[in-house]
Amino acid sequence: MTITATTEVPPAALLRDTPFRRSWRKLAANRAALVGLVIVAFFALVALLAPILPLPDPMATSWSAIRKAPSAAHWLGTDEIGRDILSRLVWGTRASLSAGIVSVLIAVVIGVPIGLVSGYFGGWLDQIVSRMTEAFLAMPFLILAIALAAFLGPSLGNAMIAIGLSAMPVFVRLTRGQVLAVKTEDYVEGARSVGLRHPRILWRYIFPNVLPPIVVQATLTIATAIIAEASLSFLGLGQQPPSPSWGSMLNTAKNFLGQAPWMALSPGAAIFTVVIAFNLLGDGLADALDPRET
Amino acid sequence: MTSYIAKRLLVAIPTLLIVSVFVFLLQKLLPGDPILALAGEERDPATIEFLRAKYHLNDPIVWQYIYWFRDLLHGDLGISLRTNQPVTELIAEKLPVTIQLAVLAMIIAMGIGIPAGILAAVRKNSALDVAANLVALSGLSVPNFWLGIMLILLVSVNLGWLPASGYAPLFSDPVRALETMIMPAFVLSTPLAATLMRHTRSAMLGALKADYVRTARAKGLSPRVVVLEHGFRNALLPIVTLSALLFGDLLAGAVLTEQIFTIPGFGKLIVDAVFNRDYAVVQGVVLCTAVGFILMNLLADVLYVLLNPRMRAAL
Repeated sequence: MTITATTEVPPAALLRDTPFRRSWRKLAANRAALVGLVIVAFFALVALLAPILPLPDPMATSWSAIRKAPSAAHWLGTDEIGRDILSRLVWGTRASLSAGIVSVLIAVVIGVPIGLVSGYFGGWLDQIVSRMTEAFLAMPFLILAIALAAFLGPSLGNAMIAIGLSAMPVFVRLTRGQVLAVKTEDYVEGARSVGLRHPRILWRYIFPNVLPPIVVQATLTIATAIIAEASLSFLGLGQQPPSPSWGSMLNTAKNFLGQAPWMALSPGAAIFTVVIAFNLLGDGLADALDPRET
Repeated sequence: MTSYIAKRLLVAIPTLLIVSVFVFLLQKLLPGDPILALAGEERDPATIEFLRAKYHLNDPIVWQYIYWFRDLLHGDLGISLRTNQPVTELIAEKLPVTIQLAVLAMIIAMGIGIPAGILAAVRKNSALDVAANLVALSGLSVPNFWLGIMLILLVSVNLGWLPASGYAPLFSDPVRALETMIMPAFVLSTPLAATLMRHTRSAMLGALKADYVRTARAKGLSPRVVVLEHGFRNALLPIVTLSALLFGDLLAGAVLTEQIFTIPGFGKLIVDAVFNRDYAVVQGVVLCTAVGFILMNLLADVLYVLLNPRMRAAL
């Protein structure tokens, strides 16, 4: 399928073909990845538009509408103190998506430079970084995140920090490994032999070449981070009530399973959908950013 | 072999030391003065001073760590603020419950993941392969606490087939133990089954392309023998080592699963400790999972050597 696509490209266009365009074409040809991209875009839009969507206040309680099943007035029903579940779900999107993205940004911004420097310079610094990364990786991701969140104190911000720090060692190890593979390449030797300084070599020659696997890992880690945030909120260590989050909605819902099963259905389905979308997108990016033509 | 294991154990020591430093530093993240909380309402200066001296809080942080580490080496992880039991005792009490759950989950994951992976590889690109991949993707994406809640809703609340919660020791009441464990173990096993399926599939695809498989086919062996004896036996190696590595994930996954099904194990221990600000227990659990993970890594390495004749010969 892709073979026909590449042979149809005229030679003139091939000359202007950039790696970015090539990857985009591969991604656009991958139906599963596109589905993921569309779902992610949809949830991002919902999160952005939450304030202007025609929805009831997510925190407004109503004693006349307690635990009402889905109806025309409340599409997804109401919760144990009469709040509209759809509205809470929409506002909860903000907590989940921002937690997923911010925590991965924390992990990338700390982890990638450490990995770059450690892999590039090697020596005792690299030894120390590697041992510390191993130690961090020995603590299971979620248990580390729970422990950090517990010691930092419960809040959405602290949950993001806890998840970000727990995900960070993966990025250190990945970046370091990629740098080790890239730094012996001819173009790096060349840059060094014409007398470029280390920071410039790292930034201009190494970083762009180690970026693709980091982008893939970051996308897949957003999926993990969203589940982790929901888990922490479920345990009461994330977003604090009455602000809505998918995890804390599930935590309340589990006490009313017999009487109001709809309370548990939609928040979990939302988490599942977003996470599957990021996983599809990440898998698609892994194929699209793979320089080997397939 | 013994010298190989000894060497691997030695390599694990610096990792363990760093983990211990990190776990020690966790308590320094706490806002406020923990002694003021311990000293009670009166905040009697003499009591505060006594407690400070008792916990070495007047010493430099390096010495505090050394005292803490010395206690650790004696198996002393501190006292639970909630139950007044030694943390080591609490962990020893809860860990078997979780291991029981994790072993059952591992059996389920292997029972589903490995055959599914073999079938998907043998019938590559068939509807079965696509379906197996979809199920695996879902297994990796579903938050296991939600899956647990949904299963309770369906199986316990609506159908009334299995109890929604509870726990019974395996050896004193095996029927009840299985009844209460099967659902949580299944929930715990899903991401693992998905990972095992994906890896089995790709390992099998690699093995089925190998020359020895073509030879086996050419000499007219039945497809079943070719796939299982020649293909699977060679794909088994990465699968076994992966399973050992994934055992650590089971401990982490057990945190939420035990919470949903109210199983009094290791995961529930850390959650209860978090809620009760019982920080010594939280530290103990983190330390213990890290040790478990490192031991599993070691086991994976040893299995790799034991199962691989080429590696065995090299030792």
